[in-house]
Amino acid sequence: MQHKEFLAIVMPFKDKLYRMAKRLLVSREEAEDATQEILLKLWAKSEAIGQYKSVEAFAMTMTKNFCLDRLKSKQAGNLKLVHSNYRDENVSVQRQLETEDSLSWVERIMEELPEQQKMVVQLRDIENYEFDEIAQMLDMKPTAVRVTLSRARKAVREKLMKKHNYGIG
Amino acid sequence: MELDNYIEKLLEKYFEATATVAEEEELRRYFAQEEVAAHLEQYKPMFNYYSIAKKEQFTKQVPLNTKKRVIYGWISAAAAVVLTFGIYFGPDQYRAYQDRKEAEYAYQETRKALNLLAENFGKGREKVAYLNEFAVAKSKVFNEN
Repeated sequence: MQHKEFLAIVMPFKDKLYRMAKRLLVSREEAEDATQEILLKLWAKSEAIGQYKSVEAFAMTMTKNFCLDRLKSKQAGNLKLVHSNYRDENVSVQRQLETEDSLSWVERIMEELPEQQKMVVQLRDIENYEFDEIAQMLDMKPTAVRVTLSRARKAVREKLMKKHNYGIG
Repeated sequence: MELDNYIEKLLEKYFEATATVAEEEELRRYFAQEEVAAHLEQYKPMFNYYSIAKKEQFTKQVPLNTKKRVIYGWISAAAAVVLTFGIYFGPDQYRAYQDRKEAEYAYQETRKALNLLAENFGKGREKVAYLNEFAVAKSKVFNEN
């Protein structure tokens, strides 16, 4: 397989892989390294790529497994993932500042979710996949995806309410 | 007001995870507006965050040249094999070659010696031919008597 063909297949979903990796690993550099690793693995397997029903779903599963392994080995080695990429863009208008702030709050709330819930919210609310696709990617039953998603959304709502009632900032 | 009701219904479905992708898209579109109903304001950051999070891109360049490295790997492996065979069988082959050369040389030398012998033998025969001459002369002399 040629570079061009491979890139044509991979281009449409490489950002999705990266966003998934970043959701799990949080750190931008870690997520970039993970995505690169996944793409290289796919490239190494590019001869067999035609055999997979959905390369995108396959790649997403690879990303999930890779990141979970990464997290496990970090925990085992007692290392904490460090990251410094909270939003700190300069915005002049007060309202925009408030919005930015509440957005990064949602990001932090998502960080607190269990991994399974994080992944389901990432795949549904951000990437807008169908339940069947998510079930295939995460190796779960579609009904289990639905239950996890509902639980995760309610958890986000609850935390957001608390924050909202205290007032933002 | 009617729209608010509709959105509330969708929200309910959203939290039970029974809304379709299209309905969820409607929610995101609704909350992307500047003004939303006051009692729904609290959901705004959540939906807006999801919309914005989708825009993040992977910008790192990935060097896709693993194939070439694989080829180099094969070449070096092949070279190693050739080298090992060379070291292992090389001396034997060389000795066999030396032996062959020696045998050839010996053959040539023997041939030369035999040729020399044959030549000298030929000379001897020529000389023997004179003996015939002698016999002829002798018979002539004795027959005249």
